Amino acid sequence: MERSDRRPVSRLLHRWPAVRLTLLLATPLAWLLLVYVVALAALLVTAFWSTDSLSGEIDKSTWSLDNFRTLFENEVYRNVTLRTVGVAAAVTVIDVAIALPIAFYMAKMASPRARRWLVVAVLTPLWASYLVKAFAWRAVLSEGGLVEWAGGVLGIESPGYGLPAVIMTQAYIWLPYVILPIYAGLERVPNSLLEAAGDLGASNGRAVRTIVLPLLLPAIIAGTIFSFSLTLGDYITVNIVGGANQMLGNLVYVNAGAANNLPLAATIALVPIVIMLVYLAIVRRTGALENL
Amino acid sequence: MTFSTTTRRLLAVATGLVLLVMYVPLLVVVANSFNANQAMTWPPTDLTVEWWGKAADSAGVREAVWTSVQVALLATLIALVLGTLLGVALSRYSFFGRSSVNLLVILPIALPGVVTGIALANGFRAILGVDLSLWTIVVAHATFCIVTVFNNVQARLRRMGGNLEEASADLGAGVFMTFRLVTFPQLRSALLAGGLLAFALSFDEIIVTTFTAGGGAKTLPIWILENMFRPIQAPVVNVVAVMLIILSVVPIWLAQRLSGDTDALR
Repeated sequence: MERSDRRPVSRLLHRWPAVRLTLLLATPLAWLLLVYVVALAALLVTAFWSTDSLSGEIDKSTWSLDNFRTLFENEVYRNVTLRTVGVAAAVTVIDVAIALPIAFYMAKMASPRARRWLVVAVLTPLWASYLVKAFAWRAVLSEGGLVEWAGGVLGIESPGYGLPAVIMTQAYIWLPYVILPIYAGLERVPNSLLEAAGDLGASNGRAVRTIVLPLLLPAIIAGTIFSFSLTLGDYITVNIVGGANQMLGNLVYVNAGAANNLPLAATIALVPIVIMLVYLAIVRRTGALENL
Repeated sequence: MTFSTTTRRLLAVATGLVLLVMYVPLLVVVANSFNANQAMTWPPTDLTVEWWGKAADSAGVREAVWTSVQVALLATLIALVLGTLLGVALSRYSFFGRSSVNLLVILPIALPGVVTGIALANGFRAILGVDLSLWTIVVAHATFCIVTVFNNVQARLRRMGGNLEEASADLGAGVFMTFRLVTFPQLRSALLAGGLLAFALSFDEIIVTTFTAGGGAKTLPIWILENMFRPIQAPVVNVVAVMLIILSVVPIWLAQRLSGDTDALR
């Protein structure tokens, strides 16, 4: 007793878990709320402001829907939005198509030792810099680069820089993000179910279609959230391998920087947010969010 | 369900091919950093270490490396403190709004980079009226690095359970003594792993950085982006890209060995 009397703070904290919890949470929550949540809320507010075209200052006194009107009525923004969603959808479909067989091999066929190696082999490029990966594809697809050289041997023409290159590069960059959740999902599908299906006479194709895929759906959707969301927000890859093409991210960047129109940039940035929220709302019921 | 040998072989070959495609572009960058031909045509006919020497001599590269190291160290430090506090809070207490806090930690990295970037840039410039600098990059990076430390701390504390901490309290240790002598030693390698991941994440981040870096502060990825389109600098960019690969992959390998499981890396 005497000892703990010399440590009033410690005793107080011991007595009151709620005080302990409050002290633990105060700083990190203040940081996340003040830096991030306030910034996101401010983004929404800024979307209703405008920039004075003469002084370049942001006019915070007048609120209007002008930016949203520009966004909906201007054909350029509509086209860029459609193109961005198209690229994100293509990347997602390609990644799922590649990830499914790979993840299946890793989870259900490879030996435990080989499995560990394969997971590390898939994880390592995930952590190599995003920028370096886009740059690597610039080198590979360049004039006189690897693809042109290898294509010359095989008789295939290099796609060069453009939208197909953007889709290839993005599919490449996000592939590990799609493989890993699908692999984790497949590991959770019990082998006994597959054996039972086989014993009851189901062909492999039927077992995959009626047992594996339904169980795997949340994991697949979890993977698509990554590839879709990350592609929607890209603007670096399209600069590096996309030729003259633009995506939503480019419009945000140009308006925030060179065009000095932060309010319009904020409005455009709401487009990927809304698209992602709609997507998340659609897939929420599948239980995909617990697989992230 | 039994698989024919053909199916197994086909899938094994497909897996091998995909892994090959995953690594070839990165290996091309490594090879190009030794390619004597400045236009980097393929295949390289002659090898040279000239570009590596040029990169080492370049003041711009050295400055960018130093900026990146400063940013990554500061962001990691902040992320370590905040991530540990959150990790302890969420794994040792249950309270109203816990899952919201969890979502809040993941959000900065789950939303597209452009959104996080423009939100922070807008917050700094239009709302706070702060000039962009090295410090705005640090704040931005720390915000999305919290999640890596948080994940590692939370996973470790869940696995350890709270028995030792309760025993320590029963034996008369105060709250701080228990943290110092019981909780912290258990967390040490998880913190190192989380810190290494945060460092790697910050070191090669580009999208949020382009929005939150002012004219003055140039990180290594920004240096690459600015010099990529200059034919004269192209060979040196290759060298810097290789350095970036090494500097982001090595901490990951270390972190993976420390945390002992690959799940922590996601």
